[in-house]
Amino acid sequence: MAHGPSKGFSRWLLTTNHKDIGTMYLWFSFAMFLLGGSFAMIIRAELFQPGLQLVAPEFFNQMTTMHGLVMVFGAIMPAFVGLANWMLPLMIGAPDMALPRMNNLSFWILPFAFAMLASTLFMEGGAPNFGWTFYAPLSTTYAPPSVTFFIFAVHIMGASSIMGSINIIATVMNLRAPGMTLMKMPLFAWTWLITAFLLVAVMPVLAGAVTMMLMDIHFGTSFFSAAGGGDPVLFQHVFWFFGHPEVYIIILPAFGVISEIIPTFSRKPLFGYASMVYATAAIAFLSFIVWAHHMFTVGIPVTGELYFMWATMLIAIPTAAKVFNWITTMFKGSITFETPMLFSIAFVFLFTIGGFTGLMLAIAPVDFQYHDSYFVVAHFHYTMVAGAIFSMSAAVYYWLPKWTGKMYDETMGKVHFWVSFIGFNLTFFPQHFVGLAGMPRRIPDYALQFADFNMMSSIGAFIYGGSQLLFLYNVVKTIKSGKPATDDKTWEGANGLEWTVPSPAPYHTFSTPPQVK
Amino acid sequence: MSANATNKLVFKLLFAVVGMFGFGFALVPLYDVFCEIAGINGKTSSTAYQAVEVAVDTSRTVTVQFVASNNAEMDWQFGPNQNKVTVHPGEARNVSYFAKNPADHTITAQAIPSVSPGRAAAYLHKTECFCFNQQTLAAGESLDMPIRFFIDQDLPKDIHTITLSYTIFDVTEKTEKKVASVN
Repeated sequence: MAHGPSKGFSRWLLTTNHKDIGTMYLWFSFAMFLLGGSFAMIIRAELFQPGLQLVAPEFFNQMTTMHGLVMVFGAIMPAFVGLANWMLPLMIGAPDMALPRMNNLSFWILPFAFAMLASTLFMEGGAPNFGWTFYAPLSTTYAPPSVTFFIFAVHIMGASSIMGSINIIATVMNLRAPGMTLMKMPLFAWTWLITAFLLVAVMPVLAGAVTMMLMDIHFGTSFFSAAGGGDPVLFQHVFWFFGHPEVYIIILPAFGVISEIIPTFSRKPLFGYASMVYATAAIAFLSFIVWAHHMFTVGIPVTGELYFMWATMLIAIPTAAKVFNWITTMFKGSITFETPMLFSIAFVFLFTIGGFTGLMLAIAPVDFQYHDSYFVVAHFHYTMVAGAIFSMSAAVYYWLPKWTGKMYDETMGKVHFWVSFIGFNLTFFPQHFVGLAGMPRRIPDYALQFADFNMMSSIGAFIYGGSQLLFLYNVVKTIKSGKPATDDKTWEGANGLEWTVPSPAPYHTFSTPPQVK
Repeated sequence: MSANATNKLVFKLLFAVVGMFGFGFALVPLYDVFCEIAGINGKTSSTAYQAVEVAVDTSRTVTVQFVASNNAEMDWQFGPNQNKVTVHPGEARNVSYFAKNPADHTITAQAIPSVSPGRAAAYLHKTECFCFNQQTLAAGESLDMPIRFFIDQDLPKDIHTITLSYTIFDVTEKTEKKVASVN
């Protein structure tokens, strides 16, 4: 292939190459991860001791809001889209994504969205301060003026995600190598295909919700204002109709990553491939009919509470099937514990804890005790951080040799893992206890009896935050001075088309589609 | 793999995106319809009930309680003139709420009713209510605001007490905007 990347900045600005765009997505999401992480550091520094020390309560609220928004929409989602960009064509034997120009657009609008969102921090009245769930009327009647910038930023992020997911669906449906039937696809392709359908279904609903907010704020409508015949609770229904599928949008690609890595390092094929596919589809379907379990305390009738409680608990069945399959894949395997595998095993272990606390929260009568407490914070960080972020770290170590042609330093990788693992658990495990004891979330100050656990939590957060700089160092060092990857396959137990191309993966791969038996 | 197939698929997906955006907005009326069918949320009709001749069921009595609350930053003194009344189903009754604007400027208010238990909302018929219109009071002015209602005879037998609550909202700003846009 004579045709290579062009030189200079225009290579990145004008590129339609899935690997370039994937790389940009990954770096962008890592930058957002550090930004959202620095907000978290401010939160934990303020909560290090009871009383108000560092920041004003108003600013604290902006930090919790921005932390959530940046992490969900800026770090986790673009990271997985970047991973999909890099890996899906390689995994299914496609020359590129199906819609390369749209791919460029869907990436390049993101920096503008987040520049707009971050700029609200410097505006009069401050950044959005109503929590990442932006419940009306806090986000309409009582919002700072910067809310309009927030709304447009969400519109742009939504457009980006929708374009990204349309691209992924088109790629997976139309560009698979000859012989690769749907049920022969790598599981990462499956989970992303289903995730993309979820995105197409719910991102427009989110766009609708923020548009209604915009109209309430500026055009005198009353979608969420009781004074004009609207209903604030309606906002929560619309939001969580998006919001619950959203949490599976975040975790399903992670399931796909783990389903690639565990078989490699267990040197066994994935146990129960078909059941994994069906479980993913079942989780995606259930995600649409359980949203009100986020709203048990708003005063829905008891039949509604019961329905949403049981429907939510049903999700445990396909999820447990997945955990069972991962464990059974490892059972009697010749396991080695390289860094990606360590992160993957930690994922299975910690995500299961997050799943169990989710089941506790699903029980409507006790949710009245847990609702809006630190128990909820602990729960969703066990699923989001130990779920999405740990799997992302695993994915980066796993495929970095393919991306760069160089091997990362295994010792440094393991150090990163153990520091992360200890830091993460030190941060979030005590939050279960303070939550059960009644500490509410999103507060800058707290009662004295929560002091010790909060201090532990803060120390853990600083350790976990620091470990991400170690991650950055590892990746940069690999790119700069890593040892060349030994062979194309890199891992002894690796399977899949991505390992049949040279390391580093050439700029153009599978210009002639491979034949899959 | 063909460009044509890709185009078709993308077109379908874009259609789904537009459809789901519309569905987000469709949730607004769907929500009200669902609440009405399921008898939750306690919303009463926002227009006057067209009275039909009804027989009074003297065999049962229902207690109707009246509650008032002010939305945030609403300065009016606002409350029911009677805390509760006892009526027979089918029997029309007049009650009233008191309102006074203690502020130094004119305020326009909108009262939003809510009925508890929610499933009783469909059986409380108001032939006249101050909540059907916005109320404007000049500084210092006060007003008795009437309601005329009756309870439907089909009210489920297990409901003996109905609470009618009004929350009053300051809508001066919104009204002024509307007036300004008309002029």
